[in-house]
Amino acid sequence: MSVFLDPTSERRLTEMTRQQRPADVCGKTIGLLDISKARGNVYLDRIADLLVERGAVVKRYIKPTFTKPAPVDLRHEIATQCEIVIEGLAD
Amino acid sequence: MVTQLPDGLVVIVKRECATCVMVTPVLARLRAERGLTIFTQDDPKFPDGLDSVFDADLSISWHNSIETVPTLIRVVDGCEVERTVGWHRDDWNALTGMTDLGADLPPMRPGCGSMSVDPNLEDELRARFSGSVLRARRVEIASAEDDAEALFDRGWTDGLPVVAPTEERVLRMLTGTSRAPDDIVAVVPPDLVEVTVEKVAINAVMAGCRPEYLPWVIASLQAVCNDDFNMHGVLATTMPVGPVIVANGPGTRAIGMNSGINAFGQGNRANLTIGRAVQLVVRNVGGGRPGEVDRATHGNPGKIGFCFAEDEVGSPWTSLAESRGFAGVDAVTVFAGEGPRCIVDQLARDADQLANTFAACLRTLHNPKLVLAFDALVVIGPEHARVFAEAEWDRARLLHELDSRLRIPSSELARGAGGIAEGIPEQIVEQLKGEPLPKFAPDGLLIVHAGGGAGLFSAIIGGWARGAVGSKPVTSAVER
Repeated sequence: MSVFLDPTSERRLTEMTRQQRPADVCGKTIGLLDISKARGNVYLDRIADLLVERGAVVKRYIKPTFTKPAPVDLRHEIATQCEIVIEGLAD
Repeated sequence: MVTQLPDGLVVIVKRECATCVMVTPVLARLRAERGLTIFTQDDPKFPDGLDSVFDADLSISWHNSIETVPTLIRVVDGCEVERTVGWHRDDWNALTGMTDLGADLPPMRPGCGSMSVDPNLEDELRARFSGSVLRARRVEIASAEDDAEALFDRGWTDGLPVVAPTEERVLRMLTGTSRAPDDIVAVVPPDLVEVTVEKVAINAVMAGCRPEYLPWVIASLQAVCNDDFNMHGVLATTMPVGPVIVANGPGTRAIGMNSGINAFGQGNRANLTIGRAVQLVVRNVGGGRPGEVDRATHGNPGKIGFCFAEDEVGSPWTSLAESRGFAGVDAVTVFAGEGPRCIVDQLARDADQLANTFAACLRTLHNPKLVLAFDALVVIGPEHARVFAEAEWDRARLLHELDSRLRIPSSELARGAGGIAEGIPEQIVEQLKGEPLPKFAPDGLLIVHAGGGAGLFSAIIGGWARGAVGSKPVTSAVER
């Protein structure tokens, strides 16, 4: 029998349950997070139009750069101001 | 386990040592007149006719750092105050307070190696006596399992086989640094986990490193995990970049790194395993795995590990590290780069002609119409460097000459110009009113001298999103 040393972080993952999807968006405050990737704004502009048509209140946010995780303050701002967030993720 | 030496005179011997056998009459006399305590390493009956304590597990020898037998020690109130190794009559007399020890023996004879430093036993002893300093979880591999397969099965490799990280190997790896195993080296993206020297050593064993490479792996990780380098982004990007490590300083030669023929390629253990160890830490400790946070469209083979040394001895210029403020020390510079591409110019015999070729090749980096977006590491081969050196161009002159050749009319860069959709927005072109734009930012080109002595070639290693929005090169000093 061999004994090895664990090369990993030895972290245990915590399981989180996914929130229920809202039945409709009417009256809900929805954040749209632009990650600053080329043409992401085009996609999010269209999403904003569709959400407003359905009675949602839309707030827009933007990450300083797509290459780094969103700053803590920005994440906090979105979490306290919105009920739902949509992120224009990746290419 | 008793490791404390008793008060009084103590000697450590073994039968296999001719000097120990020779001094047996001296030991007998000291035992009778001074109450000498004798520890024997290999034979409990040695010395013949004298009571001795058998250091069967070598714990006494290990914990008292015995390197030679015989070693004669004087202990007062539990503390060692004096020791002498081998047989040296004057020293033995002085240490014991005698005047006429071993009068019939030669005045001096060197001792033999202690069993506790026998290369065949040292790793086992280190694990036996120092293993408790290691905190990592022990993973038992069943006897029916193949060790190499077991490491693949647990997802701990980069796709190539790794060396099994046993306690003995990890402890041996840790001898390469003076840092404590529980020292924190860095916080590793993307999971932002604090990595200890011990965890780095485990991954360095797996990568195939020798202990003397460990400080280079640690320095590289400190650079890679710096916020300016942005390892999270380097992993997450769809572009084919990874950490490219350029090593500088006399230590590169001491550990046998390659800065010459095939410097980027196969065949040199230090180059290959230092880069690989860094990437294994990012994978195993940081949790950065392809298909998860690593989203590279193609990646590149250098993401297994890409590390080479600068040829400083043959260089006409100061080194990359020195140009970045790290003169006269061992250092690593990390650059978020793709695979190397070759600059071919076998005909240019003057610096101007050669600079024209360099500029033309650099212009095409990632897209000929994208400017100020990416940095590049330019690795100049010795035969090309000679052309610049003969014209007395130093690093600053070369950078200036390249910049002057890489000013591109903005009209050529507009989106759609030349039938190419990529480029800069039309409104920015209008604002520039015909002003040219530089291909690279003022600090966007890093010059390194490396490669074999034959071949009129150089190399470009293209970067990723530059500066604060992406990655900045980071240099770290190597500390033992």
